[in-house]
Amino acid sequence: MLKVSNLSVGRGGISLLNDVNFVLKAGQALVLRGPNGVGKTTLLRCVAGLQDPLLGDIDHEGSVAYAAHAEGIKGSMSVIENLKFWADVYGRSMTEEVLLTYKLNDLAQRPAANLSAGQKRRLSLTRMLVTGCNLWIMDEPTASLDAENIALFYMTVNSHLQAGGAALLSAHNDLNLNAETLDLAQFCKARSIVTSNFDEPLE
Amino acid sequence: MIQLFTRDVVLSVRSGGGFGLALAFFLIVVVLMPFALGPDQFVLAKIAPGLLWLGALLACLLSSDRIFGMDYEDGTLELLATSPLPLESVYLAKSAAHWLTTGLPLSLAAPVFGLLLNLNLKVGGVLCLSLLLGTPALSLIGSFGATLTLGVRRGGLLLSLLVLPLYIPTLIFGALAVNAAALGKALDGSLLSILAISLGAIAVLPFFSAMALRANLQ
Repeated sequence: MLKVSNLSVGRGGISLLNDVNFVLKAGQALVLRGPNGVGKTTLLRCVAGLQDPLLGDIDHEGSVAYAAHAEGIKGSMSVIENLKFWADVYGRSMTEEVLLTYKLNDLAQRPAANLSAGQKRRLSLTRMLVTGCNLWIMDEPTASLDAENIALFYMTVNSHLQAGGAALLSAHNDLNLNAETLDLAQFCKARSIVTSNFDEPLE
Repeated sequence: MIQLFTRDVVLSVRSGGGFGLALAFFLIVVVLMPFALGPDQFVLAKIAPGLLWLGALLACLLSSDRIFGMDYEDGTLELLATSPLPLESVYLAKSAAHWLTTGLPLSLAAPVFGLLLNLNLKVGGVLCLSLLLGTPALSLIGSFGATLTLGVRRGGLLLSLLVLPLYIPTLIFGALAVNAAALGKALDGSLLSILAISLGAIAVLPFFSAMALRANLQ
């Protein structure tokens, strides 16, 4: 479903990760681990198509849904309105049952501005279900979740995988998920400054 | 595309800012001008067409940097860029929502505000029509400027300077049409020229705006 070959990514003119290779098949999840600033988010942004890689190829089939740190939740709209909007954008119909996944049913009509950080995160995780996409790309999905909701998250990811989906996640801590882990620290041995197309060569 | 348009209109009306602000600014300009220039009805009627067009243009510009600013800050724009919706449609939907909440109310209010400047209703009708044809161009150009200045802190200043030269043709033809109507002359195709600018903006700017959005989201 996702094939990353000889991928090099960078941010702000500095190359972060070199020669990253991995394959993700349907029903599999991959957790990217690594310390702050190693390039987890940059790699995910490249796979999601927001950013061009420096080198290498990313091939994916099927539809991709991306969840970033910034959740894109509109405070003046209710929980259900936020979800309905994303369902419409992805051309899907939405049933209110999806709210039960992360127990948002009691909060459905509440303006999203009044949600706590954990509740907002649950809303953004529910958004992934609403998109109906095969490949989930999630940047630190368990941030600000409590233990109970982290368990719900594992259950949701597992049932997504069983339904033939795939997930690419990043995390600081160990995820108690039945998934491969890729430590990104091994790919950043040689950090170098790369010239972008905008830089003129020095005399 | 329609869902994004509807959402933007709802957000604009709910948060209050975008919807009322342009109209209130326009009203302030028109109401205060006679106090600044004196109550000479002849002078007011003479400068009214240009003044009303300028007021509407500045009111449009005022809210332009919020078209993409809010969605950029809270991460919505990144999520939209990874969704099946093309960025060209995102631009068009957001520009259309901006027009519906600023350009349209401004156009409809302009003949009424014109009465305060001794502009008769017949000329007011031409003013309304010229604004209805021209404000889409103002929204589209302002929105294009907003895609260019995305991510620049306090980008409003840069946006105004970038958009300023692009607004000039619309302003010239707009004021020309209303002035001609005030003097009882034929309109000489200035309304058609305004329409041409708006249609040209719809045809060309989505592609450049999508390029600017893509580059700024990198």
